[in-house]
This record gives sequence, C-alpha cells and structure tokens, in this order.
Amino acid sequence: MANNTYDAIVIGGGHNGLVCAAYLARAGRRVVVLERRERVGGAAVSEQVFPGFTYSVFSYVVSLLRPEIIRDLELPRHGLHVLPLESTLTPLANGDYLAQWNDHDQNRRELARHSLRDAEAYDEFGRLMHQMARAVKPFLGMAPPDPASLAPRDLAGLARVARHFRGLHRGQFHALHKLLTMSAADYLDEWFESEALKGTKSASGIIGTLLGPRSPGTAYVLLHHYMGELDGVFRAWGFAKGGNGSVSAAIAASARALGAEIRTEAPVARVLVENGRATGVALESGEEIRGTRIVSGLDPRRTFLDLVGACHVPGELVEAVRRFRFRGASAKVNLALGALPDFTCMPGRGPHLRGAISISPSVDYLERAYDEAKYGEFSRRPYMDVVIPSMIDPAMAPPGKHVMSIFAQYAPYRLNGGWTGARREAFGDAVIDTLSEYAPNLKSIILHRQVLTPADIERTVGLAEGNIFQGELSLQQMFSLRPAPAWAKYRTPVDGLFMCGSGTHPGGGVMGAPGRLAALTILGRASG
Amino acid sequence: MLKTTPFHARTAALCVSHAWRRWAGYVVASAYELSHEREYHAIRSAAALIDVSPLYKYLVTGADSARLLDRMVPRSVARAAIGQVLYTPWCDAAGKVLDDGTIARLGETEFRVTSAEPSLRWLEANATGLEVAIADASDATAALALQGPNARAILQELTDVDLASLKYFRLTAARLRRIPVTISRTGYTGDLGYEIWLDAGDALAVWDALVEAGTHYGITPAGMLALDVARIEAGLMLLDVDYVSARKALIESQTSTPYELDLGWTVDLGKEAFVGRDALAAEAERGAAWRFVGIEVDWDSLERLHAEAGLAPRVPSAPWRTSVPIYARSNQVGYATSGVWSPLLKKYIALAHVPTRWAAPGTPVDLEVTVEHQRKRAAARVVKKPFFDPERKHA
Ligand SMILES: Cc1cc2nc3c(=O)[nH]c(=O)nc-3n(C[C@H](O)[C@H](O)[C@H](O)COP(=O)(O)OP(=O)(O)OC[C@H]3O[C@@H](n4cnc5c(N)ncnc54)[C@H](O)[C@@H]3O)c2cc1C
Repeated sequence: MANNTYDAIVIGGGHNGLVCAAYLARAGRRVVVLERRERVGGAAVSEQVFPGFTYSVFSYVVSLLRPEIIRDLELPRHGLHVLPLESTLTPLANGDYLAQWNDHDQNRRELARHSLRDAEAYDEFGRLMHQMARAVKPFLGMAPPDPASLAPRDLAGLARVARHFRGLHRGQFHALHKLLTMSAADYLDEWFESEALKGTKSASGIIGTLLGPRSPGTAYVLLHHYMGELDGVFRAWGFAKGGNGSVSAAIAASARALGAEIRTEAPVARVLVENGRATGVALESGEEIRGTRIVSGLDPRRTFLDLVGACHVPGELVEAVRRFRFRGASAKVNLALGALPDFTCMPGRGPHLRGAISISPSVDYLERAYDEAKYGEFSRRPYMDVVIPSMIDPAMAPPGKHVMSIFAQYAPYRLNGGWTGARREAFGDAVIDTLSEYAPNLKSIILHRQVLTPADIERTVGLAEGNIFQGELSLQQMFSLRPAPAWAKYRTPVDGLFMCGSGTHPGGGVMGAPGRLAALTILGRASG
Repeated sequence: MLKTTPFHARTAALCVSHAWRRWAGYVVASAYELSHEREYHAIRSAAALIDVSPLYKYLVTGADSARLLDRMVPRSVARAAIGQVLYTPWCDAAGKVLDDGTIARLGETEFRVTSAEPSLRWLEANATGLEVAIADASDATAALALQGPNARAILQELTDVDLASLKYFRLTAARLRRIPVTISRTGYTGDLGYEIWLDAGDALAVWDALVEAGTHYGITPAGMLALDVARIEAGLMLLDVDYVSARKALIESQTSTPYELDLGWTVDLGKEAFVGRDALAAEAERGAAWRFVGIEVDWDSLERLHAEAGLAPRVPSAPWRTSVPIYARSNQVGYATSGVWSPLLKKYIALAHVPTRWAAPGTPVDLEVTVEHQRKRAAARVVKKPFFDPERKHA
C-alpha cells in the first residue's frame, strides 16, 4: 500500500465495528476494518456449518437494531430484510401450553385461559413498560454523561437526564425505581399470577447474565428488551432473512460502498502506543498499519489488557476492567433437521412454529436451572429460547428440511473441571433431552448438531468468557459505568484510541448503537 | 382465533354480507344484509334483534356488594331499588373515566355489572376487606337487545310478565316460553327496547322464539353499523371511539372526567367516598374544561361547499369514528369523534369534544369536511343531545 496511513483503523469486524467504519467512511474518512476471522460479523454471522443448512451461528433474532442505522446506511438496499416473529409458545409439563400472540384479542383470550386477571393486567403492564422504556430510551441515543464530571457537556447531559425524570408522574417514577432495584421475579409477581407467563417474561431478564430471575437488578433487563418496541417497530422481535449474518453482510456492503476497506484474516496482535498516543496496530503477521485514530470493537478486557497492554493504561482503569463482569452463561445449539419437530402441546405444523418457543414453564424452573450454574455446573434442564428460522425463511434449509436455533442457559464459563469436548456434548444432550420432553420426535429428525459453549464462543468470536454482550448488562455496568466510570464515552485514556463494541454504552445485542455513537464521538458530533 | 357468540350458528347463517367486525375479542356482524340501512330502519320503525353478548358481565354478590359498587362508581348504588338498572361511568383516583356500563340490582345483595372492557381486576382491587364474591359471567351469559317500537309486543307474546308495567331502566325476571331470562328495559339505541340476559346454553332457543314471534312485527336482525347510527342519534358515547380509558391513555390529555363527557348527572358528590371523589369535587367547583356535545352541520353550508366543486352534497351514510377537527373563529378548538348522516332526521350529526366556552347549545362552530380531496369547513352548531328522543323510549 502506497500510503499506509488511515484516518481510522477499526479493530474487529463485528457488526458494531462495521457500523462505526461505515459512519466514518460516510463522513469522508479513510477507514480500514481488520477482522481476525475469515468472515465479518462477530457474533452476528450466518454459516453453512452443515452443507445446505444455514445456521445463525450465535445471535439469531433482531430487535434492537437501531432504525436510524437502517436508514442512514441504507441497509435494505444492501440486502437487509427483517421478517416478523409472530408468537411465543411456552410448552408446559402437563401437555398444556401458554401462547403469546401478536393479535391483541387472540392473546387476551389465550391468557384468560390461564388467568382472567393476567389477561387484564397484561395491557396495563405493557403500557407501563412502554412508558418506562420511553423514560429510559433517550439514553440509548446519547453518549452517557459522566455524573462526576464538571465539563459543560456532561453537565448539560445530566441536566437533560434530570429534566427528563422530573417529567415522569409519581407512579411512573416509583415504577422506574422498582425496575432498577428489584428482581424480575418479584417485579412480575406484582402483576401476574400465572407461572408460565411469569416464567416466560422473566426469562428476558436473565438473558446473557449469570443471574437468576430472583436476583435483584434483573427487572431492569426486562425493560431493556421492551426498548426495541418503541421506534414504531410494530413487531419488535424479528428474524433477518438469511440469518443474522445478513445484518453484518448488509452493513459491510454499505461500508464498502461508502469507501471503507475491510480486511478479513487480519488478526491484530497489538495496538501501537507511542508517547501515550495510539498510532497504529501490528497484525499477528507482523505487518504494521498506521492510523490517526484506532477504534476497538473488542470487549474492554481484550482491548486494554491484550491489545494495548496494562502498562499504557492508568491503574484504576486496569482494575475496573479486571473487575468488569463477563461470566458467560449462555450456550447455543444449532440443529439441521430432516423434518419439523412435533410439539405434544400443539401437534403438527402451525403458526407456533414460525415464532419463538420458550422452555420457561415457571420462575422456579428458571431459578433451579440457575442454582446449578451458581455452583459451577451446567443446568441439566436449561432455559431455552428456540426458533426454527427455516419456517420464516425457507432458504435457510433444503426444501422440506429445517434448521433449529436453540439458545440455552445456563452453561457457566467457569464450569467445574472446565469445558472439554465430552462436557460440551453432555450439555448438548441435556438440551436435546429437555426439548424432547416437549417434542418427542426431535431426536429422530436431527441430521447435524453444533454445540457452542461459552468457551467455544470465546475461542471463535473472541468474546471474553463467552459473554454474549461483551460484559453483563447488569446495572453496575450500564450507562456511565460502561465499561468504566469516567471512560464511558467511547474515549480511552490512550490518546487516539476509541472503543465501539457492545462493551460500551448502551450495551450488547445486535443493535449497532455503540458503533454509531463511537463514530459520532470521533467525528465530534455526539450529543450529550 | 376470535371467539364467536352463543348466537353464532344463527347470525352466521344470516350474514349474507360477510361483513364481520371485532367486539371485545368476538366476531359480530357489522351488517347482515349488503347495506345496514334496513337494519337501522327496523330499530326506529319495527324491531331489531341485536347480539350484544360480547359485553363484559360480572355478578357481584354478598353482604357488602352495594358497598363495593358504591366505592367504585360515582352514582349512588345503595339507593337503587331492587330491579333498577343504573347507567354509570367509573373513574380512577384522579377522577378520569376508566369505563362505563350498567349496574343492575338483581336483589338486595346481588348485582350484575356490564362494562366495555374487562373489569375483574378493578372490581377485585376495590373489594379488599369487603364481604363480596365477584364472578366473571361474560362467557356464561348471552345477551340480546330487542329494540324498536314493536319490541314490547313481540316480547309480550312470549311471556306472562306484564311488560307494560316495566319502567325505563328497570328489569324483571321472566320466562320466555319456559326459558328463564332477565329482561331489562334498557338499550343503546335511545328507543323503546329491551335487553334479554340468559344462559349461553339457551341462546339458540331464545333467538328462535323471538324470531318466530317477531316475524309478524317485522323483527330484523341488526348489526353493529345500524346500532352505531342509532346510538349516535341517541347521543350515547362509546369507549375507544369517543373517549379513551384512563387505563389506556398514554398522556394526560387523552383522559376525560365524567363532567367532561357530559355525565355530571351520574356524579353524586353527596356520597361519602368513591374512587375519584376528591378530584371530581374539585372539578365540580372549578367547572369542567371540556364538554361532550352534539353537533349539527348546516345543510346550506354543506351544499355550498359541494357546489363549489360542481357536486351535489355528499353525506356519510355509514357512521364514521375518526377524529375530525372542530373550529371556532378559524382556530381548531375541539374534535368530533363520531358522526353520521341521520336517515330519520335528515341531518348530518356528530358527537364532539369542545372546550366549555364553545359548548352552549346554539354556539356556531365549523366541522371539517373533505370535498373532492380538499379540506373545507362546514358551518355547524352545537345542539342538545340526544338528537332523537322519542316519547316511546320512556312511555
Ligand atoms: C450465542 C449468542 C447469541 C446471541 N443472541 C442474540 C440475539 O438473538 N439477538 C441479539 O440482539 N443479540 C444476541 N447476542 C448478542 C450479540 O450478538 C452481540 O452483543 C453483538 O453481536 C456483539 O457485536 P460487537 O460488534 O459489539 O462485537 P463482536 O460481535 O464480538 O465483534 C468483535 C469482532 O472482533 C473480532 N476480533 C476479535 N479479536 C480480534 C483481533 N485480535 N483482531 C481482529 N479482530 C478481532 C471478532 O472476530 C469479531 O468479529 C448473542 C450473542 C451470542 C454469543
């Protein structure tokens, strides 16, 4: 390369790195993305692990992807099409089920079958969560102000936050307080009586954390999952045609069209720091690339401890990064199926197979699954969120055949005795055995199975301890504390070094917000 | 799937229009025939048979049942006689209307409550510490409205109870050809009419008996469109159309108080306590900021606006339920929420929310109308509700 200096070097071609690069390129910057793997996308990739069957290998549904990113980067033109997920089915041990449908009347009727009171409370609960999400949402779109800083920009940001909260009614303020302090289970107990409903709703409070539904703080995570519903996105949870890799592919295509360069199989070994300033990166191959700004899409641990090196970072930040909680707890099982699974509670092919299937019959069930993980074992009967992508996008599998995506918890990163091949397959068996209790034909239709433990996730994508969000979405790691107090605004103590991954505000999920906000910060356009 | 009412086997066979609509999770006929017009005229000239089973119904019994309802609604329930039916809204603590419906006193300690939205939780929330039993009878109870000048004669053919002595907003137990029912002289049409409450299991037998006895009297099954025309003429409001329940409102300005909905007559501030009383007492003192009024469009103005476009006047023969601006002195001051061409009165009428200063009958206002894609303002004036109030309703 003739001129080996870039305006910006983005380390890691996860979807956030790609979003950041696209926005920088859009502003006319000369950008290169360096991705370790042979493909971009990080935890948002589609792969034909078994010929003819496309797996969304890690992440598998889209809810939080920011609409402004879809518009700004013209993602539909670059191939993105998010299809609706229509329902959630919770099969129960007694052969019954709880279904949640998009249609209000249909949903109310089904809930009333379990509890008339829950059917009534459901709308009110939804309205309150909507209001709470509205109260919290402005923070997702703004770089988090630092409460301890006296900089005018932080003060202005804090004033906005305060004004905003003053605008809440007393009842709303109390609800917000509860959401910030309670466990998902306790919060839901205030509203509902049906175990299946509470189990299924509380599941969204534990995704990606080594916490149970009765752990304080999990109520807030419930709210995080309502956020996607606000942007006029009528059906919040969706499935990207072609799998979640097509989200990354669309962003990458947009970035390239805007002039960004994307290099795969280009693992970065080190960030080059000279006189406290990041000046470039060294690849594992030895190649050095120079750039005015270095942007890391990796989690804080990899960024500061592996690539930059503790010697270039203030001690207190090193400490904060060491304390940052990863504790991966989630695993993924991908299946190629010769036929459709047949659920005892709702036999045959039906609309329920186009939605999510949640193995969350009660709060107790989830808490028991957590109990095992708390002491270093995997759940023998895990919580699972199952989708059959080929029911929504038939191109995911050969005609008449199917793929199944199973997100399972808990599989603790720090398994007693460590993860071995045998333990991995034992966990895979636990998942299949448990699911077979509800869909007895499952074992007989499996053509191929891929089990990914947190250890595998860490090894493949680089996510520390396999935490799916680059760090738990617990309250002490959110907003102005993500990833560390005073360094929550995509900047770092190393001049010229920025962060843009899920380890920064507003956190994990295929959302793109960290990548966009980091780019705006670099371009000097961030609000807040 | 949506629910079907206990009369579905009959209504489905009659619904040649295939025009169904949703009501509280049920499918009900919008119009049985291709147009709702004959069904409407049956309400006003003969008798219409309307399936109103989707209403939510609750049985409240026990020593404290009157106390519970008195706690919940602004009208005085304790004073209601056995056999009396009360129409009433009910409010949250801020005095904002949650729902409206009827309370029928079936016995000293037995009431049937009807509502537009599910109300089990609200009844239970107000019942803490009281000796009451609350049962959701929504699915188990079928309901038919028989409305129109011939309604009494038809019913009388089927029962020994003397209906001539059943007064407006009173009810009686009766047998229709041996089938036990409750007959209340109530309805949503502003006409002479009855509502018949029965076990869902008896639904088809009762339907068949009414149709058989009513044929000579011109009984006509009527759907929701015909009912909607009649209830607008009667000036009766509809939840989710004319007002938003405080339970669903996302912002304060979407809520309404009974005074603002012209239901001040239901508020008994003499009662010691009920939900929302303090807020309503304060409002009574202050005066309501808004009013729910009748609007009558000036025909000449409508004709002129159409003539400018080279058209004869057009009027909405089917009722509309969108928000339409109301102007006064060229500013938007309010909004209409329901409107229709009244085929009987030959008037274009609407129900509207306006600030109190524009609410006096006779006040000139403008209603937005669209003529050939252009938004125009038709002259109108505020009029007293109901638009149509026949003697026979009470007589
Ligand atoms: C199993 C699983 C299921 C999930 N399910 C969902 C879901 O359904 N919906 C949802 O919204 N979210 C889900 N998530 C979370 C979501 O996928 C992640 O939060 C998000 O994809 C992270 O994106 P990122 O760009 O911040 O980081 P990553 O995707 O982690 O990107 C980091 C990139 O950096 C690369 N890299 C690492 N080290 C180097 C190096 N030294 N040099 C160069 N490149 C390097 C990696 O290969 C990777 O491509 C899931 C995650 C997992 C693991």
